[in-house]
Formats: sequence, C-alpha cells, structure tokens
Amino acid sequence: MSLADKYPQEVKKIMAKYPPEQKRSAVMPLLYLAQRDKGFVTKAALEDIARMLDMTTTDVAGIVGFYTLYHDQQAGKYRMQVCTDLPCALRGADKFLEELCGNLGVKVGATTPDGMITVEAVMCLAGCDKAPMFQVQSGEGIAYHENMTMDKTMELVAALRKSGKEVK
Amino acid sequence: MPALLLRHRDIPDIGKLDVYNKNGGFEAFKKVVTSMQPQEVTDVVKASGLRGRGGAGFPTGVKWSFIPNNIWPHYVVANADESEPGTFKDREIMECNPFQFLEGVAIAAFAVGANAAYIYLRGEFWTMAAILDKKIAEMEKTGLLGEKLFGTDYSLQIYTHLGAGAYICGEETALLESIEGKRGQPRIRPPFPAVYGLYGKPTVINNVETLTNVPLIIEKGADWYKSMGTADSAGVKIFSLSGHVNQPGNYELPFGTTYRELIYKCGGGVTDDRPVKAIMSAGASSSFIVADDKALDTPMDYASVRTLGADLGSASVIVINDSVNLEWVINRTIHFFKHESCGKCTPCREGCYWMMHLVERIEQGQDVLANTELLYSVAKQMQNKCLCPLGEFATMAVTTAIERFPADFKPSLAGGQHG
Repeated sequence: MSLADKYPQEVKKIMAKYPPEQKRSAVMPLLYLAQRDKGFVTKAALEDIARMLDMTTTDVAGIVGFYTLYHDQQAGKYRMQVCTDLPCALRGADKFLEELCGNLGVKVGATTPDGMITVEAVMCLAGCDKAPMFQVQSGEGIAYHENMTMDKTMELVAALRKSGKEVK
Repeated sequence: MPALLLRHRDIPDIGKLDVYNKNGGFEAFKKVVTSMQPQEVTDVVKASGLRGRGGAGFPTGVKWSFIPNNIWPHYVVANADESEPGTFKDREIMECNPFQFLEGVAIAAFAVGANAAYIYLRGEFWTMAAILDKKIAEMEKTGLLGEKLFGTDYSLQIYTHLGAGAYICGEETALLESIEGKRGQPRIRPPFPAVYGLYGKPTVINNVETLTNVPLIIEKGADWYKSMGTADSAGVKIFSLSGHVNQPGNYELPFGTTYRELIYKCGGGVTDDRPVKAIMSAGASSSFIVADDKALDTPMDYASVRTLGADLGSASVIVINDSVNLEWVINRTIHFFKHESCGKCTPCREGCYWMMHLVERIEQGQDVLANTELLYSVAKQMQNKCLCPLGEFATMAVTTAIERFPADFKPSLAGGQHG
C-alpha cells in the first residue's frame, strides 16, 4: 500500500508546506512517515516516494544514506541513542553507556534478543547540561530523556518493553 | 535585570498565547505591519547593533538589507539546527518562550518582504517541532498569521521543516539544500543566499536566538538595545555553559561579562573544586583558551575573546578542568567532525579521516611525538582550503591543543588520563 493511500491526511499536509513546483522538498518528512511502521525505510517505500516526487529511487536512497535518523535496516523497536560527545563525556557519558550495555547484555550497536532495544552512541543532541542523556527513536518519533540515572533508565527500558509488546 | 530572551524564567507561562499577549506579545509585529515600512524595520535592527547569534556574529540588519527587490519571492529561514557540541540555547527558547521567537520570524519576514518563512529544526528536535506547529496553528487561528494581516495587504505563513541528523545542515547553504530535499552539502558561494537562496530566491537565514531579540528591539528601540553589552557587541547573549562545572545550563548575560563570573558565579564553580585548565569558547569548534587569570577576567564579547586567540562564536562555553588530558579531548572533537564531514570537499573529507587515525595512534601511545607532529601538519594543511567552515572548525582544537598544551602530548601521558 502506498503512503498516499495509507496516510492520505499526513501526505496532504506535508505536500502543502512547499511550493507545488518544489515537491522534492517533501522527501524528508515523507521518509519519516515511511519509517513509522517498521522503524526503517523499506525498498518499496523508497520507490513509492520516488514516484510521488519525480525523483529516482537512487536519489531517495541517497537521502536515507546521508542523514543519520533514517534507517534502511531493521533494528530494535526502540533505538536508545546515548550522546557520548565531548560535553556529555565530561559528565560521565562513557561510563553510563557502558553500564547500560552491561545491564542490557548487548554491545553498542546491537539489539536485545527480544528485538526491543538497540543501543547506539550518537553525536551531540543539544542536551549537554543534562548529561547523562539519550534519545529514544522509534517509528513514532523521537523523545529526549535527560539527567538520567541508571535506575531511571532501566525503569524506562521496562516500560518500553511493555508498550513495545502491546502495540506489536 | 529581568531576562529578555529566557523570559519564561520570570513569567512561567509565557509559552501560552494569552500570557504572551498580556505581556506585550505581538505588539511589535502589529506595529511594523500596520505603521512601518519594511526598510524602516531593517534600519532599526541595523541601528541596534544586533549581530547573528549562530556563531558568525554578522550584523543582522545589514544581512537583511542585502535582499534585492528585483527578484521575487523572498524567503526567511530560521536556523534551528543547533548541533554544535556544547550549544543548547535555541531549544530552551523554542520549548519555553516560543512566541517571542515566532514573532521575531514574522517581523524579519515583513522586513524583507517574505510571505513564507521556514523554521529548519534538527531532526532530533522532534518535540520542539511539534510544539512550534501547535503554536503556529494558534497564531493562524487568532489572525497573527495568514492572509491580509491586521487589515493590510501583508500575508505570512510559517512552516517547520525537520532535518534528520546532520551537523552540516547548520551551515546555511547546506540547510537550504536540505529544505530542497537534497543531501545537506554546502553550496559554492557566491552567489550568496541573500540573492540565490531557497529555491534560488533571495533568502535571509537567521539563528533562533537572533530572531528572538527582534520583537524587543522594535518595541523598545535601537538605543535601548545598544545600551546593553559592549561597543562592538550590543545587547544580551545566552551562554550555554557545560563540561566541568557544578551548575551547567543556559545563562542570559550582557556581553562583556567575564568567564570568571560565568563559571564561578553562574556555574557554581568547577567540578571537584579543581582549577580550570582550558576553556572552549564556541563549542567543539573552538580554539582552546589557556584558563589563566587573564583569560578568566576577559570580558566575553566578540573583540575581547579574539585577544585570547579564540572566538566567541555561539557562546557555548565548555569548561575543562585539570583532570583531563587535551589529547583525549581532541580525540572526541575529531571523531565528531569526521562523522559530520559531508564529504563534498577533499580537504575536509580526507583531512578529518586522517586526523582521526592519527589521534587514535596517539591515544594508543604509538610513536606519540612523530604522530603529533603529523597530526599538526595535517590540520594546518586543511586550514583555509575547505569549502565551508566545518573543515576549518575541525582543526581549531587540534592545532591550539598542540600549540598551547604541548605537555599533553608527551609519550608518557598520552592514552592515560581520561574524563
């Protein structure tokens, strides 16, 4: 099913943001929409968006490849993206990430066996004064979690696992 | 002094439209649309001495005056990409005082004759974009945006556009490419965005904080604004303070406040009561300032910071105490720039790649002196050769760490002391 059939309201709203002769501008919001279902952009979605915007599939794939928040591979339902950039690192982000990986039993970049959580180390998220901090990216969007302790983080993990199973 | 930009700290509900309106909200926008010529608005902003808060410090009114009146339509783009490590001021404005920012966007649009404005937010600011979309909808509903505003012929729409994780999109021409649905890679200039911007049309691009100053300048006048700050740096600035301080956060201060006041008075002093070793004055893109008494007592304004061999930039102050080796610090910043280099120009793409490998060798203690020399040479060769500032930024911390803190690149120390 194409994006336009599945999300007619959203697609209409996105297209209305840009001048009609500049519809290529809609590629980024449409890719977010395409990620909503599975958390990554499928080949079929690439082709669908390319058709909609008069782009080549390669062009659309080039956008997916360039920007870090688009994914062309399945990962965990929730991507926990921990900032380990300089300001966060000065406030213990490395240790936090290591502990998180230890508690989840995965390495950075890997997904928990239940397919729920992927742990990633990412660049600055503009939360430098609230380290340790991370964002959780899912198909639904992105949420920040700041001034985190390991206890609070593991509570969140439990909550994510619960809601992740419910919406499956 | 009550806050001018972070006004939510004095007026907690200023993020609500009725509260913002009760506190003079949108009076300035109404005033410019109903009683001023666009040129007059630009003149007031020019006279106020307001300079761009994104880092470059270019005079805002002058930027607006570059927009030609023989090519149409015009666009205003707000740069809400905020991706510099150590910078987190624009998000607080958008989260807590969004209407003052949106009013600034609207006034800028009127001043340059734009009927459409885009706010480019980094993709991670998903929640901030949702907040702004809601606020924009409220403005449309109450006649502050849309067709024929306040009974005049002036119309304006504001849209948000989310990026998707690319530091380079804070560079204004890469940002424009990104709105156009392309990879965020900088354009070759000239032509400059003022003439050939979004969709090839004249475009003004301003930082969020810059625009948030504008409503107050219109309301209270250029002289009032100029009465704050220093001769070359008028007004107030939000300093994002991070790193080894007890109370990191945003502090709105007049230009000319010293580093000592920021770190010790606002920031509550240094972590573990250790001495400050180095200051990064403009996020990861900084030269390192040796934090001696002279530096700590230096006023934070564009000209004074330059005397320390550094730049004020976006005023993202990262404090580093003496528990950390700067070789470790530049390892972090180089990894950042290597990851964020867009790949378009060779000096940056290859230079960042090699700097990363060399600093890794140093980190592992491999032939430290020779590899430090080579790292320095690679950084120097990148300088003045990159297509956009990213490549230059990548080298600043590297060259100044080696020049100003040579002791941190001794074989016995490398790879030892970490944060």
